[in-house]
Amino acid sequence: MLANLSHPLRKTLTLVLRYIGATIVAMIIIGPLLIAFFGGFKEPGELLNSPFTLPKAWIMDNYHYVLTLGSFWQQLINSAFVMVGTVILSTFSASLASFVFARMHFKGRDTLFNVFMIGLMFPILVAILPLYILMRQLGILNSLIGIILVESAFQLSQMILILRGFFRSIPRELEDATYIDGGTPFTFFWRVLMPLSRPALAANAALAMVFSWNMLFLPLLVLNDEEFYTLPLGTMQFFGQYTANWSRLMAFIVIAMLPAVIFYLLAERHIISGLTGGAVKG
Amino acid sequence: MFLLPAAVLFFTFVIFPIIQAAYLSLYKWNGLGPLDNFIEFRNFTNLFGDKVFGQTLLHNGLIIVLSITIQLPIALGLALLVGRKLPGRAVFRTIFFLPYIISEAITAVLWSFIFNPRFAASDMIDLVLGFLPFYKPGPWLGDPHKVMLAIFLVLTWKYFGLHMILYIAGLQGIPAEIEEASRIDGANNLQTLWFVTIPMLSRTIFTSVYLSVLGSIQQFDLVWLMTEGGPVNASEVLTTYMYRHGFVSFKLGYGSTVAVVLFVICLVFSLIYQSTFMRQDYAGLAE
Repeated sequence: MLANLSHPLRKTLTLVLRYIGATIVAMIIIGPLLIAFFGGFKEPGELLNSPFTLPKAWIMDNYHYVLTLGSFWQQLINSAFVMVGTVILSTFSASLASFVFARMHFKGRDTLFNVFMIGLMFPILVAILPLYILMRQLGILNSLIGIILVESAFQLSQMILILRGFFRSIPRELEDATYIDGGTPFTFFWRVLMPLSRPALAANAALAMVFSWNMLFLPLLVLNDEEFYTLPLGTMQFFGQYTANWSRLMAFIVIAMLPAVIFYLLAERHIISGLTGGAVKG
Repeated sequence: MFLLPAAVLFFTFVIFPIIQAAYLSLYKWNGLGPLDNFIEFRNFTNLFGDKVFGQTLLHNGLIIVLSITIQLPIALGLALLVGRKLPGRAVFRTIFFLPYIISEAITAVLWSFIFNPRFAASDMIDLVLGFLPFYKPGPWLGDPHKVMLAIFLVLTWKYFGLHMILYIAGLQGIPAEIEEASRIDGANNLQTLWFVTIPMLSRTIFTSVYLSVLGSIQQFDLVWLMTEGGPVNASEVLTTYMYRHGFVSFKLGYGSTVAVVLFVICLVFSLIYQSTFMRQDYAGLAE
């Protein structure tokens, strides 16, 4: 049928069809989020009976309740603390190691690099039982520092993979020039390599932030005291407490997802280049 | 030594625990008291003898098959739809990728609400799917026959964006002239897609399948939060099975056995898959 139409008309028609298709998918993606957003303004009964409509009356109680909840803010702070700690520690140690793997020559370097790459093949889950015992022995169970250490360790493989590739692409001459000027390898690393690698570092950091912010499993096992709960753990707890009051739950998850959504809108470029960088170049 | 911080972290918290897991899997241990009940490979024989464990493997297998046959083609289709030459595509891309950055905990709460049979939202699903002859209305997460499908729907909603992004990036690497040439040679759009575009995307597709399979094996959060592996083990997967035995009933030896099996599955799959389909440079392993 399409083939019989004239060329420009056919082109416009395909374009319209593509927009319709893309819009339908976009609605499926956004729909649940809108149900949650409007649901937070509804009475529980209204949310259950007509989840797809705008609220009849905009009730502020639920959002107000969540925003004045001390535990919510505590969880937000805890999550932010873990995230910042993880990003700093993992970026720092991974870039130093990547520098070695990209620039220095010693026996067994490639073997060691391959050992680091084992970490790409399995998640924290596989090691979680011995990790739990280990953390108990080290006395870092039930602490945010312990979570930072473990999350950082599990970020290393991926970061080293991306950074090593990036470091390698930086011309040898720059390094020689640093040494001629009397610099040490550390000067080169800190003054030349790191500033030049900002895009790769930003992509890595953005990925590590998403990873850390959403991590549920590790805090679930390791944290006992509610004062240390991170946001995903708090969400899970709130879910358990308010199964009878879906409006309040919806208000909670809407507010809880806001920081990540805002961060995503600001850093989309970095997140996506981090995810696709390794996959496409290769 | 520049390597020191990374090496200390990595060997303490990644390598050592894996070795430790292999060691613990030979014991019967509740996590307290001395580790002295050495039982050789009895944890493994028990594990492979457990009917529920067989089910968990089936469930993981089901997620893998559905992901590769449904989720990835959808992702590719959407990448083609909004990937190139569509004004405003950045907006669609931003929206499509949004679920990927929302936490699993929030996703689980959201979809538990939508699937909850007492509410109108799930009536809506019944209404939409009601015309299918084999469709049975009613609860999703509470129905042993539908629960895996429900979980798969949520996984698709949350993760297709990652694959779409990979495909979009891959598509950008294909020179438009090649597809143009195929059209000039008389191929229609579908033929161009099948014989030119998809083969040229093969590296990206291999990477995407790889990430999808590993992700399917490792999924825990969403399943645990939405169903805890229920009803009656109908959605139990490897990871929830491990968690249940290792931490809920504190059989650390047995739980470690599951972990070792999980590790071996990931390792064997990775090695075979990479040597068959991917270059040995770890490209694209970065999730």
